[in-house]
Amino acid sequence: MVKKITLPLTDEVIAQLHAGDSVLISGTMLTGRDAAHKRLFELLEKGEKLPVDISGEVIYYVGPAPAKPGHAVGPAGPTSSYRMDKYTPALLDRGLKAMIGKGKRNSEVVEAMKRNGCVYFAAIGGAAALISRSIKKSEVLAYEDLGTEAIYRFTVEDFPAIVAIDSNGNSVLAEGK
Amino acid sequence: MAKTEIRIIEASAVTETVKKLYMDMNYFIGDDIMQALKKAESTESSQTGKSVLSQLIENNGIAAAEEIPICQDTGMAVLFVEYGERVVIDGGSFEDAVQEGVRRAYIDGYLRKSVVDDPVFDRVNTRDNTPAIIYTTIVPGDKINILAGCKGFGSENMSAIKMLTPSAGVQGVKQFILDAVRYAGPNPCPPIVVGVGIGGTFEKAAMLAKKATLRPINTDNPDERYAALERELLEEINKMGFGPAGLGGDNTALGVNIEYYPTHIAGMPVAVNICCHAARHKQAQI
Repeated sequence: MVKKITLPLTDEVIAQLHAGDSVLISGTMLTGRDAAHKRLFELLEKGEKLPVDISGEVIYYVGPAPAKPGHAVGPAGPTSSYRMDKYTPALLDRGLKAMIGKGKRNSEVVEAMKRNGCVYFAAIGGAAALISRSIKKSEVLAYEDLGTEAIYRFTVEDFPAIVAIDSNGNSVLAEGK
Repeated sequence: MAKTEIRIIEASAVTETVKKLYMDMNYFIGDDIMQALKKAESTESSQTGKSVLSQLIENNGIAAAEEIPICQDTGMAVLFVEYGERVVIDGGSFEDAVQEGVRRAYIDGYLRKSVVDDPVFDRVNTRDNTPAIIYTTIVPGDKINILAGCKGFGSENMSAIKMLTPSAGVQGVKQFILDAVRYAGPNPCPPIVVGVGIGGTFEKAAMLAKKATLRPINTDNPDERYAALERELLEEINKMGFGPAGLGGDNTALGVNIEYYPTHIAGMPVAVNICCHAARHKQAQI
């Protein structure tokens, strides 16, 4: 059973998402990865204004490949989320509602998710060409100098993901034996 | 005494060959990986795992049909070159010709530029994915053999090396490899390819591990003892249960490749280079 969800995410929708649910996401989301996170975090530490409003937003951890002519975006699969762990609790405390990435999160991130009622989605790592079909529009919002690491706004339709960690801290990521 | 014959190769031929290698490997996944993904899909007991594998197979089909990269992380370029000692390059240096091939592939081929100039301080993108990392060996003959790979860093970051000592034995080798894979868990885009380098020195083991990731996974180490170790490790890894995309299942790895080299009486270095399922490699001879 696949749940269709529309952004922005409300607290009611987040409360109904459980680890392991397959979802198709539509609406607009931000992108950001290592370099953009570092900059956002440093601004927060200095108490300065962020170049984008992250309140109520979803951030997709991605650095897309260049778009071929006629394509809205190049291949754009998730990057490893743990590299953003250092910066994530501060963003969640400032209103970020969800993240899309791949792989593990640390306990500080999970605690911040529970505290703020947030959700972490996993997209399939390496399914970049397939995922890019659900991205209909891409525009740079901030940090254009970072190239692929800039903050973009993606407009997506039926973007495929799985609830990896829900707002109660339950995880579907395999622990390994 | 007969005069040694030299062969002249145009620098532009090297550039064109390298460019084509990088574009092709990023659009067209190798048969070894595609067959392994299909086999994994047919045997996977987790429904989520099966669905992930079927999406990866579909993804690779889309990439090939549209000639777009399989994965947005089109990696850092690594080349193992066997350079025939009777070859002379005309119209530029061999090094420049290779770097130019990488540059053109990443710019003309819509591949992602993922290289930064300074690792610690500036971290400014070089915007053409150079420099590539080139390991050259001089060999007899008048040919140039290039084994090329592009290495994504989601999996590269999960790699590990340890200077084991002889008393660790085969048990110690196995333990270290399995620990590295377990630590990586869901992060490196499973089902993974595990490249292992054993022996040599500190850096030789790491280079062998990288080279091992570039060997097709449907080939075995020619030494039956190492081939048996490859099979045993694959079986052990697939019992860990991380599964496709780390969401649980029977297919955590598609293959384990081991390369080895003589080492010192006091040592037994082991390097584990983890590669995602998009294990992109291609070779060419000029």
